[in-house]
Amino acid sequence: MKKINLYKTYLNMEKEEVILSFKGDITKDLLSSIYQIIENRLEHDAEDQKRKKKFYHVLVECLQNMYHHMESLKEIPNEGGKQAASAIFTICRSNDGGYKILTGNFILTENVEGLKERIEYINNLDPVSLKAYYLEKLNSNELSDKGGAGLGIIDIARKSGNRIEYDFEEVNTPYSFFTLAAKIN
Amino acid sequence: MDKLIIEGTNKTPYISFDNTTGNLEISGKSIPENSFSFYQPLNQWLEEYRVAPAQVTTFNVILEYFNTSSSKCLLDLFRILEKIQNTGKSSVTVIWNFEEGDDDMEEAGQDYSQLINGITFKYVTIPS
Repeated sequence: MKKINLYKTYLNMEKEEVILSFKGDITKDLLSSIYQIIENRLEHDAEDQKRKKKFYHVLVECLQNMYHHMESLKEIPNEGGKQAASAIFTICRSNDGGYKILTGNFILTENVEGLKERIEYINNLDPVSLKAYYLEKLNSNELSDKGGAGLGIIDIARKSGNRIEYDFEEVNTPYSFFTLAAKIN
Repeated sequence: MDKLIIEGTNKTPYISFDNTTGNLEISGKSIPENSFSFYQPLNQWLEEYRVAPAQVTTFNVILEYFNTSSSKCLLDLFRILEKIQNTGKSSVTVIWNFEEGDDDMEEAGQDYSQLINGITFKYVTIPS
């Protein structure tokens, strides 16, 4: 029998300076609780107000981006049947005193190329063009099926001031796993 | 028509729209996952207000945070106010409040003022 021991997980999370990590079903209530936990924590952190605000803002966009992905993908196939699609996220401090937010969720592989192109396009814009692109999307009548006109990803890049890191891994036809990482300096 | 009062929650803002005084206020946080259902009644109220607005309309925006899905809905509210201003029935001013040093929130107000014509935006800093 395998011994139960979380020490390695603990050490790993300690090393990565994990503030909060969760894997499972992403519901509105869960997100409310997460915001509350983070708000309480930030209140007790005597540090840069600006950075805190940016972090909170980017966190909300990252988690809601994941939530909307999940909404459009209720279940994924599993060996011998289907399972509710769950997702994962981790919020860490980074060694330079900033924050890192990682989210991971399933998407349809057929949507990978489009999403990749969008992120790459955004990553290659300088701050001035990024703002112009944001305003253009905000002012357009075009809405995505999630109702956000795809503003979330642009805003994550804008507010974090960093390139969006990402990865796609094809896991189980027709699904891929999408990892997104945003860093706030 | 009646005043519109909505109490704030940890994801949605406090709303107080008064048609007799023309004082409209939105304050707190606006980070719901689906903003459209929250903002729909606000749009409806403003459309009704547009028919017979007060001589002076003041929209006081005191938001601590708002997400991108709210940003689209806020623009829709500004668009209705723009129509009210342009019909000459009411003189509309937006008071955009932001915490001292919150450059992102200040910039968000300026962004809206660029997209909206004919409405005066006043910026007020709240001491942090």
